[in-house]
Amino acid sequence: MPKLTVDGIEVEVPAGATVLQACEAAGKEIPRFCYHERLSIAGNCRMCLVEVKPGPPKPQASCALPAADNQEIRTDSPMVKAAREGVMEFLLINHPLDCPICDQGGECDLQDQSVAYGRGHSRYTENKRAVTEKYMGPIIKTIMTRCIQCTRCVRFGEEVAGVEDIGAIYRGENMQITTYLEKAFKSELSGNAVDLCPVGALTHKPVAFEYRSWELKKNLSIDVMDAVGTNIRLDSRGRQVMRVLPRINEDVNEEWAHDKTRYHVDALVRRRLDKPYVRKDGKLVEASWDEAFDAIAVAAKKAGSSVAAIAGDLLDCETMYAAKALVKALGSDLLEGRQTGLAYDVSNLGSVAFNTTIAGIEDADAILLVGSNLRFEAPLINTRVRKAIKKGAKVFAIGEETDLTYKVEWLGNDLSILGKLPDRAAEAIDAAKKPVLIVGPGALKAGQGATLAMASAFQRAATETEGAWNGFNVVHTAAARMGGLMLGYAQKGGIADIVAAAPKLTFFLGADEVNFEGFKDSFKVYVGHHGDQGAHHADVILPGATYAEKPGTYVNLEGRVQRADRAVFAPGDAREDWTILRALSDRLGHTLPFDSFEQLRAEMANEVPALGREGLAGYDFSPPKLAATASGPVGYAVADFYLTNAICRASPTMQRCSAELIHGEDFAEAAE
Amino acid sequence: MADAPQLPDDAETRARWGNFAWTPENAVKAQEIMGRYPAGRQLSCSIPYLDLAQRQVGAETNTQGWLPIPVIEFVAREIGVPYIRIFEVATFYTMFNLVPVGRYHVQVCGTTPCMLRGSDDVMAACKARGLKKGHTTEDGLFTLTEVECMGNCSSAPMVQINDDNFEDLDYDRTLVILDALARGESPKTGTQEPGRHTVEPLGEPTNLAAMETGNHDYRGEW
Repeated sequence: MPKLTVDGIEVEVPAGATVLQACEAAGKEIPRFCYHERLSIAGNCRMCLVEVKPGPPKPQASCALPAADNQEIRTDSPMVKAAREGVMEFLLINHPLDCPICDQGGECDLQDQSVAYGRGHSRYTENKRAVTEKYMGPIIKTIMTRCIQCTRCVRFGEEVAGVEDIGAIYRGENMQITTYLEKAFKSELSGNAVDLCPVGALTHKPVAFEYRSWELKKNLSIDVMDAVGTNIRLDSRGRQVMRVLPRINEDVNEEWAHDKTRYHVDALVRRRLDKPYVRKDGKLVEASWDEAFDAIAVAAKKAGSSVAAIAGDLLDCETMYAAKALVKALGSDLLEGRQTGLAYDVSNLGSVAFNTTIAGIEDADAILLVGSNLRFEAPLINTRVRKAIKKGAKVFAIGEETDLTYKVEWLGNDLSILGKLPDRAAEAIDAAKKPVLIVGPGALKAGQGATLAMASAFQRAATETEGAWNGFNVVHTAAARMGGLMLGYAQKGGIADIVAAAPKLTFFLGADEVNFEGFKDSFKVYVGHHGDQGAHHADVILPGATYAEKPGTYVNLEGRVQRADRAVFAPGDAREDWTILRALSDRLGHTLPFDSFEQLRAEMANEVPALGREGLAGYDFSPPKLAATASGPVGYAVADFYLTNAICRASPTMQRCSAELIHGEDFAEAAE
Repeated sequence: MADAPQLPDDAETRARWGNFAWTPENAVKAQEIMGRYPAGRQLSCSIPYLDLAQRQVGAETNTQGWLPIPVIEFVAREIGVPYIRIFEVATFYTMFNLVPVGRYHVQVCGTTPCMLRGSDDVMAACKARGLKKGHTTEDGLFTLTEVECMGNCSSAPMVQINDDNFEDLDYDRTLVILDALARGESPKTGTQEPGRHTVEPLGEPTNLAAMETGNHDYRGEW
């Protein structure tokens, strides 16, 4: 624990900390470009120079200098001021001063730091260097003349994304950042490289020139594109969400977000259902809310208690609770959220949750993936696995071989391996202090019993220093899944049970992945926001709100209850889903007992107390006894990462990503 | 940026070099190079491998050799790292040629000591034989490049041609060397000054001629 003084302030920092971190601990701001907390130290921008005693009589880069006992650091001396001004002047020599037309303007590190630490003018009168633009794929737009070669994007690709496509080629003044042969940066996390860029060299291509950062209104929300529950900020202007940025939450997403989270927002204004529709003579026609409700009332009268509700993947808990209350009021309990037909046992929520927690994966020392393509099912858990590997974890996997961005020992694609793991894997797991089993949705289908039978091999009793360890994890892909399970959106036989019950009236709450064949004879009411499969098959469409247009509670795959706020209002006649269900209940003569969102939330917390508290719900783990044999190959749940739900499918950016990055279409020539 | 080499056409080089693999002799050498580095440090092989590959390409094309993109990718696969990591190395070092060069790669040093000692004459001599900076002659014999200091300042001016240095040049001596190479001969390498062997002083030493006996302390005079 070195003790040192920074500008006369004494601080004590953990061993291994850098001088820069010590300065921050003392409350001093150190300007920097290349240094980033989550990347390795490069030390090439030289902006963080400070004066260090004892040491050579010249400023030193604080980011790369270990803090040591009895150091005296000055961050306010004339030497430091002159050094910063000098570095800034050099950085600006080749930087075009095109801030007025730069998308980074207003949130640019270089802009801010040149105001704070620069000289105010340059003595450089020669021609500036110009660098040709590089093609980096559908997400990243490059203006490489602005690049100051901090290499954050290179290190991000190598260390976090695990997709080494970006590099620095040539040398000296000719050094350029580029992807290999200017191919697309094929990472599902590529948008983070744009956030990391301290200047405007990498900007968001889908929203180029569409907003200035200071025009945006910021609202805190939770991502619904996967079950990780990434903490996000929705930046909106007027009634349109312009962009999504991740918020820092060390327990969930650190400070990353994947491309689907970031760039689906152009779909929030496309293919929207903004009016109720009623099917007349086989055709959906626009209707008023009253007409739509009347049509439902007629069907409900005929149906009696033969009612069911299918929850979609993007739903908040409040909507699901309101729908549950309505279905219950009508006299039924046919609720299901697992649209694609999964029917795993949910009698114990702990055995279908991510028990180690997302952050806990980093401590793992042996990991077994079963039927999980983590890279696409939960990219931000995949980055944690990469971190664990860096600390020495071994990864084994059962499933079809695929590129997970790290080295995996593939054991084969057959669930029968579960019962008799090869010696090497079995020994590694036995020897591990914190072994982890990650069960993907593919394996839940056929191998739930077999994986649960192995759970005890991944549990460790509490020791003096460490608490008990439960390494049994299940990965879900739907943001609504855990919340839905907590609210009872599960039948024993899955959606097949609902089909077998043949409900006469079925509410599809943003459910687009259902096989509608089974609901031919049912009166289908679709409550949702995008014109996709669900709306196509519906008899009545009630336009609802997307996650951005309603406050809500979401439970991620660990069972972490998180709250999101409304960022904008739903377009046209669309309403927040719970108000639709509340109004409909009135029309059906079963008025639901809540008049406001707060009341609804309170009711929900009453029924499921865990949903009333933010944070981990804390499921107990007592796996049900299931048949422990399984065999046959496992498939992966996510076929096309960029097109997994109705919002993504409506997004031109996601369609382009899918075409280019998944299906290998060549867009390189078409780009500017 | 305008000077940055324009990488040759992809389809054509891929057709020509896509099947590049070590010759049996080079495979042995590559094995030996890989053995020099501990496990996990395979990236250390990148420079020797690229050099070996460039020489093999040179042997196949009877030139000094260059590194087509498929060959760089081959080296990356041999080492087991992403292509960009090797591409970075190949583009960083000027000794790796990213475009085809001629039989003789004439690298004239134009840094200050050589310039003061007459590298302009060397350049003029090259020009007189039809060499143009950054280009290969039409017969495919010579490629001329101006380079920075090669560390032969005490026998400046100098050129490096493939693996050999030619020092103490002037206009005529350069012509002699270029003509000899063009005829397929191997001119004497090293210094071209008659009577000089390496970089020993010409004539008498001009300083440090005698042993200093006293130990004069200058520090007080500064």
